[in-house]
Amino acid sequence: MTDTMLQSKTAAQATVNAAALAASDDSEGMSYLESLPRRLITLYLPLFVILVVLLFPFYWMGLTSIKPDEQLIDMNTYNPFWVVHPTFKHIQKLLFETQYPRWLWNTMYVAVGATTLSIIASVLAAYAIVRLRFKGADTVGILIFFAYLVPPSILFIPLASVIQAYGLFDSPLSLILVYPTLLIPFSTWLLMGYFKTIPFELEECALIDGASRWQILVKIVVPLAVPGLISAFIFSFTLCWNEFIYALTFLQSTPNKTVPVAIVNEFVDGDVYKWGSLMAGALVGSLPLVILYAFFVEHYVSAMTGAVKE
Amino acid sequence: MSTVQTSLPAGAVASGEPSWWSRLQTNRNFIALWFMLPAAAFLILFLAYPLGLGVWMSFTDEKIGRTGIFVGLENYEWLWDDAIFWLAVFNTLLYTIVASAIKFAIGLYLALLLNRRMPFKAIIRAIVLIPFIVPTVLSAIAFWWIYDAQFSIISWSLIKLGIINHNIDFLGDTNWARASVIIANIWRGVPFVAITLLAGLQTVSPSLYEAATLDGATNWQRFRYITYPLLTPIIAVVMTFSVLFTFTDFQLIWALTRGGPVNATHLMATLSYQRGIISGRLGEGAAIATAMIPFLLAAIAISWFGMQRRKWQQGSDQ
Repeated sequence: MTDTMLQSKTAAQATVNAAALAASDDSEGMSYLESLPRRLITLYLPLFVILVVLLFPFYWMGLTSIKPDEQLIDMNTYNPFWVVHPTFKHIQKLLFETQYPRWLWNTMYVAVGATTLSIIASVLAAYAIVRLRFKGADTVGILIFFAYLVPPSILFIPLASVIQAYGLFDSPLSLILVYPTLLIPFSTWLLMGYFKTIPFELEECALIDGASRWQILVKIVVPLAVPGLISAFIFSFTLCWNEFIYALTFLQSTPNKTVPVAIVNEFVDGDVYKWGSLMAGALVGSLPLVILYAFFVEHYVSAMTGAVKE
Repeated sequence: MSTVQTSLPAGAVASGEPSWWSRLQTNRNFIALWFMLPAAAFLILFLAYPLGLGVWMSFTDEKIGRTGIFVGLENYEWLWDDAIFWLAVFNTLLYTIVASAIKFAIGLYLALLLNRRMPFKAIIRAIVLIPFIVPTVLSAIAFWWIYDAQFSIISWSLIKLGIINHNIDFLGDTNWARASVIIANIWRGVPFVAITLLAGLQTVSPSLYEAATLDGATNWQRFRYITYPLLTPIIAVVMTFSVLFTFTDFQLIWALTRGGPVNATHLMATLSYQRGIISGRLGEGAAIATAMIPFLLAAIAISWFGMQRRKWQQGSDQ
């Protein structure tokens, strides 16, 4: 068996030219056939290069935020890829001389509020679509999928006038009400997938025992779908934190801004020394999400792939 | 309601003569209505209604602080003769096509690499996704600094390596600016494409590759005739999303160039913001945003069609 495979492998290799190296060799069962030098060139080297490129901006962000100003603008005396006397001046300035904590709080407040509202609405909607099987449930499911495809860039102008009409302009509450339109379609699809895996029999038993639909949802379905809820929550939270165009359009006064909007608008003053605080602001704004992500990697990946795979 | 009542004969017989209220309480359509209400309220008030309102606004001359009157196609006629609008359309198409194609190529390649057996696989996969976690604007700010005209680390490195002899003005020169924002977009989008395609790759059975290898298939043949056909449905979905988000991108451009230099990086979304919100001509901004809709529908239709065709091919056993 092994001999046959080796033979065919060498035969195959003879016909393959170097350009085909980019092609796949996916199966774990056959990877022992590859020699280490070959793996170094076709796997570890390209992977290393890609990882370095993907991580470099964060390294640069972190490095700049602890670099003293004179090292930032003098790239000849000091090696720019390293820092000699690290300083926390930029981070200190950011936290105590600007309204950054306020912006961080706004972002957190909006993200938690919008995510919570969206998850509640999505659980109810997903349960109704998957399990109540009401008239037109399939149509509603497809409509919700299409809602996922409507981008904020074509909605922000009319939404601005809607928000103005409701008297919510320049209020974080406007974002809490608008963000669910981005989150509900995604969360509903994700939760529909989870609810489908819960056996019907559990619900039938509960119905026979006289439970109402509400009790079934709260006491049986939701506890069984906790992994799905965590996935939906984390992903939604990240989307809220990342959202920019609505926050930029609806929030005008400086203390009400969220971190991404404030970073872009409040730090850009043409000062050559702005970079330290700017990078510190970007770093501190990213950290909460990265920490959350580190704890829930698997949930995050399943949320992302689950929503795409339907 | 009458059809609904007849659909529940069992309950009616068992409890004799139930009131209309208790019948209603067990009616699934009625319960579903309440369950759907919160989601429907959000989506109708803040998504469906603004979508319609936006199309309407594009036919008016509404400005900030003044309700508009119906002007028919005037906004669109105005845009038709506007060179900057067409430049934005060109930029958007260039940005979308180039960035999506490269994101797909690198993303697929990275997914194939990550699908191979290696130590610390889970950690490497987790690291790959980090650019997708960090808010776009914040990483765009890092790119802004990397692309700085005076203190760019890229220029510095290239000068030290002796490849160039003066700083590259990444965001000041039109072509460099276009390339720079596309590269930043690719950097941001590759992890999403790679990780979702990886999830698709993991569903492909290794025995297929073993069988093909026994039959003497080359690496390329195994990719072309096993991996690619089995991956096509998920490629169609991932690329639809990728194209959609790239086409409507706003925040990366706004953080890096705000459409400059000389409108070279203005996308339709940024132009819409500039005309609609900053200049206050809401009607014109809404017209630019509405003009994006046909492109989006075309993108969705193409990928949808691609997906259907593949299903049909697989169903008919090739």
